[in-house]
Amino acid sequence: MLELYDEQIAFYLPYFNIPINWTIASTWIVMVFLMLVSWLATRHLKTGDKVSHWQTGMEVLVKGIYGQINEMTKGNPMTYLPFVGTLFIFILTCNLFTLIPEFKSPTASLSTTAALALMVLLGIPFFGIKNAGLKKYLKKYLEPSPAMLPFNILSELTSTGAMAVRLFGNVLSGVIIGSICLMLVPFILPLPMQVLGLFTGMIQAYIFAMLALMYISSVHEEDENVAVPTEIQSPDDEKENV
Amino acid sequence: MDLIAILGSVSIFTAGFCLCVGASAAGLAEGYAVSSGLTSLAQQPDEAGSISRTMFISLAIIETSGIYCFVVAMILLFANPFWQYAISAATK
Repeated sequence: MLELYDEQIAFYLPYFNIPINWTIASTWIVMVFLMLVSWLATRHLKTGDKVSHWQTGMEVLVKGIYGQINEMTKGNPMTYLPFVGTLFIFILTCNLFTLIPEFKSPTASLSTTAALALMVLLGIPFFGIKNAGLKKYLKKYLEPSPAMLPFNILSELTSTGAMAVRLFGNVLSGVIIGSICLMLVPFILPLPMQVLGLFTGMIQAYIFAMLALMYISSVHEEDENVAVPTEIQSPDDEKENV
Repeated sequence: MDLIAILGSVSIFTAGFCLCVGASAAGLAEGYAVSSGLTSLAQQPDEAGSISRTMFISLAIIETSGIYCFVVAMILLFANPFWQYAISAATK
């Protein structure tokens, strides 16, 4: 019932004879799918009244994520949009692909979610130093008093570790409930469980992205009175403004 | 009872007990969170976006303890690290 995707070999890499397990193989499938969709959507980008359906969909997605980031953080959302948006779209695609029969979702394996959480853990110093400078970032660990230093470091590690286990546990519980229902009542009952799995998958992708955003934007400069653009500015607009 | 029987029964009982406590405590806590979230949502409908976003994030954080219990139960049932020892001790 509990399938360990890390231990199931999908295929052997030709010429090198390196075993590729199902976690990596399905991650590659999701990557190819996402790249294909974004290539299709951004082939004929244009401005004006008549744009393609693909472009409209992409704009809705990107502007939605942009608005959420804008509400939650100070400063320019474009700093976080590439990282947080990529996390959201990748996890969302992985979670929704659990509906496809025989597809082994990469987020149902602890190694994928641990890798994603590790990226967030590395993102905290990266964005902290980028936003506030090295001195201010290091000072965060000494607050409210230097005696709290070990606890601050511990809380950083455990909060990102909890993100990994949360995503893994939620997706895994959906998979296990689905297989238990298939064993007991295989006719109708798995269907509402799968619908619930869709809902949980969306919520978990949203939660993961928002928590990542909260952690990486926790260190910022105090006086943030920079005018935040409400619309996404393309690089050309910025040049014109300058 | 030999070692394997003891280990198996203790593992199954502990997994069930772990899920029972974890699910009920997390469910109770999430119920409190949702109830106060909905109360404030009814009082201030203008702040719906901010309240529901904060509520969902806190729900996820509360749920983590339940998920921990679930993962521990799954490890006990399907990937028990002591099985190997019990089997090797039994075949000796």
